[in-house]
Amino acid sequence: MIAPGSVAIVGAAESTRIGVVPDMSQIMLHADAALNALADTGLKLSDIDGLACVGPMMPQQIAHYLGITPRWVDGTGVGGCSFMLHVRHAAAAIHAGYCNTVLITHGESGRSRINGTPRPAEPQSLGGQFESPFGPAGPPSLFPIPVLRYMKTYGITHEQLAMVAVVQREWSSKNPRAAQRDLVSVEDVLNSRMIAYPFRLLQCCLVTDGGGALILTSADRAKDFPQKPAYILGTGESVETTMVSQMADFTSSRAFRVAGSEAFRMAGIKHADVDHLMIYDAFAHLPLFGLEDLGFVGRGEAGHFIEERNTAPGGKLPMNTNGGGLSYTHTGMYGMFALQESVRQVRGTAPAQVPDVEISVAHGVGGMFSSSGTVVLGRDRP
Amino acid sequence: MTLQAGRARPEPTPETQHFWDGTRAGELRLQRCDACAKTYFPPRPFCPACGSRKVSVFRASGRGRLFSYIIHHRAVPGFTPPYAIAVVELAEGPRMMTNIVDCPQTPEALQLDMPLEVAFTPMDEQITLALFRPAPGNKAQGAKA
Repeated sequence: MIAPGSVAIVGAAESTRIGVVPDMSQIMLHADAALNALADTGLKLSDIDGLACVGPMMPQQIAHYLGITPRWVDGTGVGGCSFMLHVRHAAAAIHAGYCNTVLITHGESGRSRINGTPRPAEPQSLGGQFESPFGPAGPPSLFPIPVLRYMKTYGITHEQLAMVAVVQREWSSKNPRAAQRDLVSVEDVLNSRMIAYPFRLLQCCLVTDGGGALILTSADRAKDFPQKPAYILGTGESVETTMVSQMADFTSSRAFRVAGSEAFRMAGIKHADVDHLMIYDAFAHLPLFGLEDLGFVGRGEAGHFIEERNTAPGGKLPMNTNGGGLSYTHTGMYGMFALQESVRQVRGTAPAQVPDVEISVAHGVGGMFSSSGTVVLGRDRP
Repeated sequence: MTLQAGRARPEPTPETQHFWDGTRAGELRLQRCDACAKTYFPPRPFCPACGSRKVSVFRASGRGRLFSYIIHHRAVPGFTPPYAIAVVELAEGPRMMTNIVDCPQTPEALQLDMPLEVAFTPMDEQITLALFRPAPGNKAQGAKA
């Protein structure tokens, strides 16, 4: 097993602009973020010998576009948390000596749809046979499918699920790069346009353009870079199903539980050690599932925990401090932006900086509870 | 009932053909493992619990309960919003996605755990969908008599 802190993130950057970027195609969002991450490290493209990216922008396409000759590649594509898995795989590859310096890129023209990702229906797939005929139209119609069962099981209220959006807007109001920065009330959330009952517009993620990139290398080299390293203490990954109707438990994600517990075990940390938390929030219920499945609170307690402002500015567990997918940005695969915020918090450079962050956890989801990846970052090498 | 045109049309594969043959014949067909007795869905010619290839197809009761749903408010080809996309938990255990017919598409009418029964609804000559309706004697609140 790789020792905690053996590999570090030494470069991290988002695309120069995020939100609405109609003058960049999807592949250029990858490249723009990659060049920014390189500038963050002082490295040259020729120093990169490992490359990971996801989706139709396969590693071979990004390698050629950037002029990189990798000797290790990873095209793992399990949705929006793929980058958490890339971090995990890259750390193992660097530890094994397969490569020295890995670049992970993301770019998505989610809003402007320039060279965007096509999502063709596959009528012979299991989802195409046993979900598509009943009228789903993308994540807003599928991701919330378990919510009413979760609410009934634990007595969660609409107000508690609205509070997720309220708190995250408090965080994004401190962040000049966030797409939505105006404070909202529970009433504002519950009066916003109905999208897919029980969820309204302000409980659904944004749709934006943007990119992000990370550069990883061994911890022994990490001190030579201009930025403070973010040491990789632990990682986890898992998958469950591509069909939300078939997830085993509508009140808990198996993939969350497996990825989260593995990352905590590997890092050798307890929940009380975590100073800052990112939980991928494509929709308002995800932070609740994440808090419970990662073990920060007991079953059914997350709604009350958020309502009591524990994750809000000044709370004991600051969560989604960039404003999240609900208020900061959501290109379609938001996991990269959760990781970027964790790196900023560990470096001490976030717009809404939490004081003295030693350990940050970034937890991602892919598809509709299809997959999950967790990354534990540390300010100090153990 | 007749389905509005425009819905995504499923295409059976060799492993799922028995299910679609069943709905066309007015039977809801599930599979059960001969080795460990696990009943499962969606169809595949082996047991996802124990890996055995010895599995049997059987006719399910067609009864279940409303397990969860959303009510979609955006336009989708083949549907008139608002409409519910639901998950039914069958009496035999497995869950499947469906639509609820003969019932107002409202939170008041769509009560979790209400009993449902299958309502086979043809899409065309080959494909019949397993939709569900409130079970008799459990008329949904606000439903027309």
